Amino acid sequence: MPIIRTEHLKYVYSEGSPFEKAAIDDITLDIEEGEFVGVIGPTGSGKSTLVQHFNGLLKPAAGKVFIDGQDIWGKKVDKRSIRFKVGLVFQYPEYQLFEETVFKDIAFGPTNMGLNKDEISERVYEAADFVGISKELLSKSPFELSGGQKRRAAIAGVIAMRPSILILDEPAAGLDPRGRESILAHIREYHIARKSTVLLVSHSMEDIARNATKVLVMSSAKIVMYGSVNDIFAQSTSLIKMGLDVPQVTRVFMGLRKSGYKVDPSVYTVEQGKAEIIRYIRGGQDR
Amino acid sequence: MIKDITLGQYFPGSSLIHKLDPCMKIILSITYMVMLFSAFNAISLAVAIVFMFVVTLISRIPLKMVLRGIKPILPIIILTSLINAFYVPGDALFKLHVFSFLVVISVQGVELAVFMSVRIMFLIIGTSMLTYTTSPISLTDGLERLLSPLKKVKLPVHELSMMMTIALRFIPTLIEETDKIISAQKARGADFESGNIIRRMKALLPILIPLFVSAFRRAEELALAMDCRCYKGGEGRTRMKQLQLARRDYLSATVMAFVLAGVICINIFVPKLYGSSLF
Repeated sequence: MPIIRTEHLKYVYSEGSPFEKAAIDDITLDIEEGEFVGVIGPTGSGKSTLVQHFNGLLKPAAGKVFIDGQDIWGKKVDKRSIRFKVGLVFQYPEYQLFEETVFKDIAFGPTNMGLNKDEISERVYEAADFVGISKELLSKSPFELSGGQKRRAAIAGVIAMRPSILILDEPAAGLDPRGRESILAHIREYHIARKSTVLLVSHSMEDIARNATKVLVMSSAKIVMYGSVNDIFAQSTSLIKMGLDVPQVTRVFMGLRKSGYKVDPSVYTVEQGKAEIIRYIRGGQDR
Repeated sequence: MIKDITLGQYFPGSSLIHKLDPCMKIILSITYMVMLFSAFNAISLAVAIVFMFVVTLISRIPLKMVLRGIKPILPIIILTSLINAFYVPGDALFKLHVFSFLVVISVQGVELAVFMSVRIMFLIIGTSMLTYTTSPISLTDGLERLLSPLKKVKLPVHELSMMMTIALRFIPTLIEETDKIISAQKARGADFESGNIIRRMKALLPILIPLFVSAFRRAEELALAMDCRCYKGGEGRTRMKQLQLARRDYLSATVMAFVLAGVICINIFVPKLYGSSLF
C-alpha cells in the first residue's frame, strides 16, 4: 500500500474571481513508503501547493488524499494527527521561530502532540542532533542564531514530531554551498536512520540527483513525469524544454555526445560520470 | 484563506472615472457626500441615486462588486432604521401594545429611516467607487497634493502620505506572510480553534511574534533601500507622473456642480415631500 496516494486532486486559487487559476489539476499519484522523492518543476508549477495537500493544510477542490490508506478529508479524521504524521517544512522555515529558546521552539510540535516532559526533551535532543544543533545552542534565543542555524533549528522543530513522512520545501534555498550540503546531508541521514519517506522540493537538480531515489516532475499544474532518477534524467532534453535544468554533469555528457563521443548522456552524478569516462576510454561499447 | 480578503479594493480599468485626477476624484467624492445629505426630499435624493448609477455604469465596475461593499454595514443600517422608526415622534402609522407600553411607529419615523438608510448605503457606494477606481498609490498622491497647503502650518504632509503609501503597499505582503506563518505553525500541530479565550490568545503568540519580527525586518530593509537611493523626504522632490488637471477633470467637476445645484434647487422648490406624506 502506498503511504501517500492522491486521486484526481485539484486545487483552485481565488475561486470565483477574475484571477481564478488551477494551481494543481487532476493529480493522481502513489508514493511508496521509504522513498526519497525529489519534486522538481518550474516556479508556479504547483509543487508547493501539492505538498500542502499531503498534511491537510489545503483542502482540495476535488479529488482525494490518502495517507497510509486513510482518506484525510473523511469524517472524524483529526487533521492534527495527520500533521504529526506528515511533517512539512515550509520555504524559509526560519521565519516561523518564535519561542524564547531554541529548545522550546523545537519542543513546540511535540508539546502540541501532548507528550510528557521526558519524551519531549528526548525528542528535542534527538532532533537537534539530527540537524547538527549543538547542546549549547539549545538554550539560546532563536533570534541570536545565524541564518543557517535558524534554518536547521526550524527543520528540527518538524523532525521532533518524528513524522513518518517528511516533506521539505526548498530547505536549502538561500544558503551558501556549505550550508546547503550540510542541511541535505542531515536530511539524508535522517532518511536512512529513520527509514521515513522524504519528499524534497528543490530547484537544484544536483541536490535531487544526489539524494533522491525517485523524481516527480511538475509543469503547469500537472505531473508530467514520475519515475526513478535514472529514468527521469535520461529524458534530459524534455526536461530542458520544460524550462528545467539538468545536473551540470549531465549537460557535460550531452555535450560530449553531441561532439561525437559515444558516451551515455543520462549520467547524473559526478561518480557515474567518472565511471562512464573510464568505461569509454577502455573502449566500451556505445550505449 | 486570509489571502482572499480584498483590501484596498482597487478594481483596475481604463474608464473615464479611472482616468480622473485622484485629487479631483477625492473632491468630487466629498461633494457627493454633501449632496447626499443636502437632499431633503425624495426627488432630490433620487437624483443623487441616479447620478451614482450613471457613475457606476461609466466606471464599468460590476454592480455585484459595488453592492458587496454594503454587506458589512448592513447591521448598522438596520439598527439606525429601527431606532429612527421607533423613536421619531409624529403621526402614528400604527400602534402596538406590548405589555403596558404603547409602541408607536410614526410616518415621519419611517420616512427618516428610509432616508437615512439610503444615504448611508450611497455614502458607502460613493466612497467605494473612489477606492475601486483609484489605485492606493495615486489615492495617497492625490491626498498629499490636496493637503499640501497644510505644509504652511508645518504639517509633515509628504511624510504622512509616504507612511500611508508604505502601509498600503505592505498590507498584502503582510497578509501573505501571516498566511504562511499560520500554515507553518499548523503544520507543527498548533491549535487555534479549541480552548477558552486565554488559551486562544496564547495560541496567537506563535503567529504574532514571527509576524512582528518580520515586519521590523522588512521596515529595516526598506529604510536601508530608501537611504541607498538618497531619499530625504519631500523637500524638493519631483514626481515621475505629474498630476495635472485635464479637460475631463474640469468637465466632471462642472457636471457635479450642476447636479449639486439641481439637488439644492429641488430642495427649495419641492419642499413639501419630506416630512409629510411619502406614503
